[in-house]
Amino acid sequence: MKLLTHNMLTSHVKGVTNGYPLLIKATEVKVNEVDFNPQFVSRMIPKLEWSTLVQAAEELGHRQDLPGELIPDYDKNEEFLKKVHRVLLEVEVIEGCLKCPESGREFPISRGIPNMLLNEDEV
Amino acid sequence: MDCNVESNVKAIKKSKDEKKVLRKQIKASHTLLKHEGIVTAPQPTKSLVVANGGLGNGVSREELSAVLKEMGEVETLVMPPHKPYAFATFRLEESARKAHTHLNGQKLQCGENSVTLYLSYVNSVICEEELSLHFPEGLVLLEDFVSSEEEALLLAAIDWSSTNDVVTAQKALKHRRVKHYGFEFCYDNNNIDKDKPLHAGLPVECLPVLERCLKNGHIITMPDQLTVNQYESGQGIPPHVDTHSAFEDTILSLSLGSKVVMEFRHPDGRVVPVVLPGRSLLVMKGESRYLWTHGITPRKFDMVPSCDPQSSADITPGLRTNSNLTLSKRDTRTSFTFRKIRHEPCLCAFRSACDSQGAPTAPSPSLPSPPSLPCCHADAARLEEEYVHRVYNAIASHFSSTRHSPWPRVCHFLSSLPAGGVLADVGCGNGKYLGVNTEVIAVGCDRSSALVQICTERGFQAFVSDALSVPLRTAVCDACISIAVIHHFSTQERRLAAVRELVRLLKPGGQALIYVWAFEQEYNKQKSKYLKDQNKQCPENQCLIFDTPEDSQEPNGESGSNSIGCLKDNYKPEDNIQDPFKVTDGKLGVHTNRTAFNTQDLLVPWHLKEGKGPGKGESGENGKMDKRKGKSSNSCSAFSLSSKNIFDCKHDQNPSCDFNISFRSSLDIIDATHSPHFKPSPGDDTTQTSSSNRNSENNAAPVFHRYYHVFQQGELEQLCGQVAGAKVLSSYHDQGNWCVILEKD
Repeated sequence: MKLLTHNMLTSHVKGVTNGYPLLIKATEVKVNEVDFNPQFVSRMIPKLEWSTLVQAAEELGHRQDLPGELIPDYDKNEEFLKKVHRVLLEVEVIEGCLKCPESGREFPISRGIPNMLLNEDEV
Repeated sequence: MDCNVESNVKAIKKSKDEKKVLRKQIKASHTLLKHEGIVTAPQPTKSLVVANGGLGNGVSREELSAVLKEMGEVETLVMPPHKPYAFATFRLEESARKAHTHLNGQKLQCGENSVTLYLSYVNSVICEEELSLHFPEGLVLLEDFVSSEEEALLLAAIDWSSTNDVVTAQKALKHRRVKHYGFEFCYDNNNIDKDKPLHAGLPVECLPVLERCLKNGHIITMPDQLTVNQYESGQGIPPHVDTHSAFEDTILSLSLGSKVVMEFRHPDGRVVPVVLPGRSLLVMKGESRYLWTHGITPRKFDMVPSCDPQSSADITPGLRTNSNLTLSKRDTRTSFTFRKIRHEPCLCAFRSACDSQGAPTAPSPSLPSPPSLPCCHADAARLEEEYVHRVYNAIASHFSSTRHSPWPRVCHFLSSLPAGGVLADVGCGNGKYLGVNTEVIAVGCDRSSALVQICTERGFQAFVSDALSVPLRTAVCDACISIAVIHHFSTQERRLAAVRELVRLLKPGGQALIYVWAFEQEYNKQKSKYLKDQNKQCPENQCLIFDTPEDSQEPNGESGSNSIGCLKDNYKPEDNIQDPFKVTDGKLGVHTNRTAFNTQDLLVPWHLKEGKGPGKGESGENGKMDKRKGKSSNSCSAFSLSSKNIFDCKHDQNPSCDFNISFRSSLDIIDATHSPHFKPSPGDDTTQTSSSNRNSENNAAPVFHRYYHVFQQGELEQLCGQVAGAKVLSSYHDQGNWCVILEKD
């Protein structure tokens, strides 16, 4: 699971009103090199919840020095885009789980795949 | 003078040959790039990709290694499982150059076959992350459990000539020889007759072995039933679980003779290949005995770890990892399976697989008791669990292999999305749409973990979830697609909920494309591909046809012409829709593949064809013979090893065809199909063994049934019309599917 995906995922357990963002409890994290495409990254940024990304990167120890607030003119700042590229596309959680911030429900991540299936009583 | 002329002629000839080799080599590198994403390097490097030198071509590590070593010191040789290529890294670049010069276009003799090698430089060797394979819980393999002397003694103890069960077992299992001791397994009810012990008890030769098992604590009571199976090379046994109610927990399987790979499959899709060397004892207990199926793929070669001393140290005995594989030729193998008859119902913790605790037997082709159309939410969920989710997990790799070409009109929709848009593919299957438009941020989800696994292996972002409750933020998507998903929901309410969920994911102005299978397979006087393909089949081969609704589009569905364009003309009020086609007795009917539908709610068979091997459990305990088997004997060819030389075959005007041939004739169809470009022709007789059929414990029938609700004209639009906050932009009929594009307000 890349942090890009994490940025879009939310807890959907019945009754939970604020299941976002999911906390990451990782036991195995991998960094895979991905070709850097500055245009793709800068197009992605407005789609993101910035604070969620920074927090997730922090949790995994890959924040580098990304600021808590999105900087203006980021599309012209290649160094910045490279850092975003790294946390969004290169850092991957292989094993661990995602935890719902409200209910505490944990969704396992195994072999890089989050299993977000709910039990019957959670739907 | 003469001499000169001659040498000139030679030179010209040679250069022609060289040109030919060069051409083929370039073609091979293009094929590698196109189908496998392997980028070759124009300049010499230390590493080479050796096309046609793969395990998938029937080349063993030893054979390839021998020719490479002549060129210089080989640092690593990576032979990915099932692939028609290998990677070699030399210590010196010079050696790699030498190999490139000398081996390009050279034939390599591998057993009876030969392949032509084409070598290209690569900058980096793709070394697949090794999957961490763990033995199933409760499984123990003890190597060298009996001595060679004991082995000979045991084999001599079996008198095949006086088979007491010749009428029942011998006749039924014509491929594999089987003999029972203690109690006979009855093939009619998949069980043993506990009141009728056989005259012959267990052979005395077995006693020392069993006493050792007792003493070492592998068993706590003496087994009273023995089944001896003899497999010739190329024979196998479909995945099965030994019937719970028939036998106690621990099952011992002693392997004599040839080494073989036995595959263990978990209902969640995990597959663990276990190498069983001769004279080893396999102890199956607990989860490995009750929940995992075990089976042997019928083939003549197995992929096994090579005997490389540096790698064997840290490998669990019997476990196959992805590196250092080589081929092992099968020979005759005899297995002794010792079991203890159970006299009380089984009370194991694996209820889903336990016949004592009400687990149903497998849906056989005749489907003795078809399910009813659900009348409440819980019923619907159960129906879908049984007849949709479990089936997809079980058939995932085979299914994926038939889902290779994206449908043109779906691609058109995807290609029209703006760069940087967020796309969710809800019910993404094997991920064939996730990479169509690389400018969008695509994420997929599917209910089947086995299918999601395939997406991940292809490098796509995907997670496991239900389409009724997608764990994505509201309004995060610029577009959603739901291709061949909503027809699997068994009530109108749930189908509606699935559309609502798609709309929830969209941001205002975002669009969703929905495809469902159409009741009308003939539209505007045109039969869909699904129906048309029937004509291509010989009637006696009906059983070999894959029903694949989504296949109906392939290969190049010319779908555009059928667009209905105007919604109003096709809209039908709700009350017209279902009644004429409702199932009358409440039971769901089983559809006949490639025929017109006669009801809207139905079960569609998926034929996982078995190979050459007999259809029954290793110990012969597993049920009825598949009546159709006699007709499917032509299927075994795909299991035998072929030396199809994909980069140099007759079809090389069409590279994708080459891959097709090579994969289908490669060692293990199941894994080969993970290749994103595996490409069988539609309706083709692709062979497949059953993957983990959760029901296969009692019956290895290779037919699965999926529930479908096929949509009538106007029904999808009407369904979408009930969702507030979205409108249908357009709708059309595309090769037997009804399709809409919805836009969120």
